[in-house]
Amino acid sequence: MNGESFLFTVFALATCLSALAVVFSQTVVRMAFWLIIALGSTSALFFLANADFVGAAQLLIYVGGTLVLLVFGVMLTASGPYLKITTSSGEIVMGSCVGLLFLLVVFASLNGVKWRDPSPETITAASHVVSTGNTLRPLGLSLLGSRPDKDSTTDGDTLSPGYLLPFEIVSVHLLVVLIGAAYLARAKRRAEC
Amino acid sequence: MTADLNSYLFVGAVLFVCGVVCMATKRNGIGVLMGVELVLNGANVNFVAFSRFTDLGLDGQVFSLFVIVLAAAEAAVALAIALNFYNNFLTIDVDRANKLKG
Repeated sequence: MNGESFLFTVFALATCLSALAVVFSQTVVRMAFWLIIALGSTSALFFLANADFVGAAQLLIYVGGTLVLLVFGVMLTASGPYLKITTSSGEIVMGSCVGLLFLLVVFASLNGVKWRDPSPETITAASHVVSTGNTLRPLGLSLLGSRPDKDSTTDGDTLSPGYLLPFEIVSVHLLVVLIGAAYLARAKRRAEC
Repeated sequence: MTADLNSYLFVGAVLFVCGVVCMATKRNGIGVLMGVELVLNGANVNFVAFSRFTDLGLDGQVFSLFVIVLAAAEAAVALAIALNFYNNFLTIDVDRANKLKG
């Protein structure tokens, strides 16, 4: 067993067990903690799969942003120390059975497909970008609209479209969402009634 | 366990199923949101795995970046809605959100 397999096993187990702990935790604060562990281990899996920038973005945005926001939400909606919203044990059993069946269906379907191996010409050019993990500049260039990793393999003179349009759409989307969320969560004047 | 495509896809499947069960069974609204985050991370693991092991190449990682950004935006709005619900009804229990029941 080489180093990559060992590290993959460690982080895959950490991810799966933390995700299961999120489901089975009874208090929402513990769920938030296990979710932090699960997303951090997912980031480690991204680093193992040569997606360095995506792994760093996962740590920055997900763990450092979205989860902190979720913990804020947990603390602002805490309903007192003695009131716990728990699920009954019958519901736990039924939920676990349904979840296990669903996992078996998904697992059987993904094992039943013979996934295509990368063809030799794309191995040399396009996926050599991914094979070293040095993805920052190709990602940045593709978000600006140019795909030098694809254009060096195609022998026509058509340029491959980058991801400039989705980038602009997502930027406007983020602006709208921020304005909307800030307006929704504003401090309201208490109604006199 | 070797780090091949099926192992990554299995991890993505476990994350997805845990997220779906979390969304379906949790009574706390913030717990439902945590299920949504798990589902999106399962999809991200799939994208990155296909980017590494097939000739999807860089496209898989660009998609996963967009998924991360959109998940953050959706978590912000969903939390604003949850805060408003808590301020109006003084509970975050989703079973108590039955004002629109016919």
